[in-house]
Amino acid sequence: MTGQPLLEATGVAKRYGAVAALKNASLTVLPGEVHALMGANGAGKSTLVKILTGAISSNAGRILVRGQERDIRSPAKARLAGLVPVYQEPSLIPDLDVLSNLRLTQTPVEPFREWIRELGVPDLDLRDMARDVPLAIQRVLDLARALAVEPDVMLLDEMTAALPANLAERVLDVVKRQSQTGRSVIFISHRFVEIAALCDRATVLRDGETVGVVDIEPGIEERIVELMLGAKVEKKRVARKQTEGEAEGSGKTRVAVRNLKVGTKLHDVSFDLKDGEVAGVVALEGQGQDELFAALAGSIAPDGGTIEVDGKQVSFHHPVDAVEMGIAYVPGDRTEALAMQQSVRENIALPFSAAFRNWGPIRMAREGATVQNAIERLQIDTRAQREVQRLSGGNQQKVTIARWIAADARTLLCFDPTRGIDVGTKQEIYKLLRQLAEQGKSVLFYTSELEEVQLVCDRAIVIFGGKVVDILPVEIADEAALTRAAYGLARESHDEVGVLAGPHAAPEARP
Amino acid sequence: MSITSTAERAPLGQRMKRFMSDYPLVPLLILLAILILVLQMLSPGIVNQRWIANTVKFAIPLALLAGCQTMTMLTGGIDLSVGTAATMAAFIVATQAVDNPAPVAMMIALIPAVLIGFANGIGVGVFRVHPLIMTLGTSLIGVGCLQVYQRTVIASGAKVPDFLIWLGTGVTGGFPNALLLFIPVAALLLFIQKRTGFGRLLYAIGDNERATRLAGVKYWQVILALYMFSSVLAGIMGLLYMGLIRAPSLSLAEPLVLPSVAAAVIGGTSIFGGRGSYTGTIVGALILTVLTTLLTILQMPEGARRILFGAIILLVTAAYLRIIEDR
Repeated sequence: MTGQPLLEATGVAKRYGAVAALKNASLTVLPGEVHALMGANGAGKSTLVKILTGAISSNAGRILVRGQERDIRSPAKARLAGLVPVYQEPSLIPDLDVLSNLRLTQTPVEPFREWIRELGVPDLDLRDMARDVPLAIQRVLDLARALAVEPDVMLLDEMTAALPANLAERVLDVVKRQSQTGRSVIFISHRFVEIAALCDRATVLRDGETVGVVDIEPGIEERIVELMLGAKVEKKRVARKQTEGEAEGSGKTRVAVRNLKVGTKLHDVSFDLKDGEVAGVVALEGQGQDELFAALAGSIAPDGGTIEVDGKQVSFHHPVDAVEMGIAYVPGDRTEALAMQQSVRENIALPFSAAFRNWGPIRMAREGATVQNAIERLQIDTRAQREVQRLSGGNQQKVTIARWIAADARTLLCFDPTRGIDVGTKQEIYKLLRQLAEQGKSVLFYTSELEEVQLVCDRAIVIFGGKVVDILPVEIADEAALTRAAYGLARESHDEVGVLAGPHAAPEARP
Repeated sequence: MSITSTAERAPLGQRMKRFMSDYPLVPLLILLAILILVLQMLSPGIVNQRWIANTVKFAIPLALLAGCQTMTMLTGGIDLSVGTAATMAAFIVATQAVDNPAPVAMMIALIPAVLIGFANGIGVGVFRVHPLIMTLGTSLIGVGCLQVYQRTVIASGAKVPDFLIWLGTGVTGGFPNALLLFIPVAALLLFIQKRTGFGRLLYAIGDNERATRLAGVKYWQVILALYMFSSVLAGIMGLLYMGLIRAPSLSLAEPLVLPSVAAAVIGGTSIFGGRGSYTGTIVGALILTVLTTLLTILQMPEGARRILFGAIILLVTAAYLRIIEDR
């Protein structure tokens, strides 16, 4: 890993109006290295990646590819220069089949096929419409599409964020091997585990400036966190939720789901969601959790089974039916929930105007106070509040939740709300969800990051193949147990047999 | 991200650009002033109080129709049936006023507008027909109905109610009477856009319809109300226009349809939805009206005038979008 850098960017700056997204970023990538790009939300990681791949143009700075200044002012030119991105959001065109999507970017088909096999998606029909491909698989296809053109430098923005564990592993493996062929990868992730396993060096951004470049070695996490946070180094463990006061099951049943069936994905799901609890939902990608949430939110009508709210059976025909019962859906994909060109205030206040009776004049003062209250509660950074699209991802996510805090929804359906946002914001969201539960509200919380279950939830509902396969109390819902359950394996019978029986039983069973 | 005080460092061009993107109305007003200046230079003395009153008088019908476009364009739609709704209202009021008192005639004249708006709203909101197709379709149907209607009243002749003539052409103390209609309407439109729940929903739907659905908004309700509002506004404009032109015809307001779209776009309303304001549209309508006068004064052949008109609209729109978009 010596010699001329493959990519060298210095003094890169980007300004949106009065807001500086990047002030002075630099990044040097050597041949054959996996280089982590790190920073808290809004530090400018995504902006830098977009500049390096021609999606937006910088206001200042010099970018050298193999020591030469190359024109990368459009994505096509950046590709020619050997810089190929895989963005945080899927970039396949939904209304074209996969094959046409490949043609669009002149991606060779055979290498692509090989890569998707390599990445663990063997049974994909290239004639499928991109919109019918599950989100996680779409991201893998994006990656395969980038790999197929053999780029010098590949930029992966939160590649593993929406992936279930099994796919994520394959992806990391492929990335690692990519670097062994002398090509480089720029890797953006919030997961230290991945970075430790994968990366050689890391560049840390803070407030749009490069504040440090470090070699990845054991124990470097502390140093990186220090760099990311600047002066305010305080390692905060999550406020462990305490259920001492309320015994399990003391809350009233808020939502009761019985034998719910939706299409071919969700077969038979039953569970209760109680007042004052955060119930985790854990599942591998595509096990019917999307359908479950959509049905509870009133987006799609179930084919069978019943949903009861506060003891009364309901049937939702439109999300508004759920909203009026106080059930609000926070989608994992922020672009689904936000009107990007409108202000923070208008986005938070959106549900207030929804009903016909509220179409009249807005009481600006009262609305302002409610919105301000929600903004403060979630500590949303409002410096770029005129358009939500100028906020960082974490702040956007907060807006989607703030909306329902302001509307005082009694039940939140959060679908992977911490996907692709920084550690600090995650902590804030965990804390908020716990607070809501303490106030007697109920939260159904799907997460693709298993460690979150023990941080936030009271219990974990595990879904596999469209059915509830297990409901784990939080004490035993560690990552190992959840993973086993999520793959449909039966729970080890520690509880029933007793603490000592476990180790004794094992050797006997072996022969 | 953070705010930096870049005022002292940024070059003048960039600072101007930022200023204009923060106040998109400023470049429009500058353009309007330039056009008036050119007009004054080409034909010294033309810009006087009478000319201003006249310009405003002709800009108002255009601005009203452009109001329909602004509102529908906020949701990512468009209303091409406004010309027909206006023409039908105008034609019917002129023929009905022969036998009926003026208020009754005006009421009858607005019925087709309500029906067209209702059909548009149901088509776009419930059956999800693209607004372009839907409103073109209802527009054709409306014109056909008007032709049938014309045969039934052909013997009775036409009479424009005096009130409409007073409103359309009258000038009181240097101010066109049409302002009595226009100022409240403009105030209402701006109020709806900025200060009502309905207005918020228009912007939000144009920006991200799926998000509004999740927030509990029923799309068809908003769209139905919107297109009915737009059509009725077009009908009212038709009544006013009848008073201004005073000669009923089957294509009275039709030539104003495309300029009404142009006025909204020049005024900064995004045709893709989610962005825009009626203030810009009003200035856009003024710009187009002054431009028309300017081209008339140049004494060019009709063909050349139209080519120039179209080219200038495209140029202004493209330049304006470059100025206010910060990319």
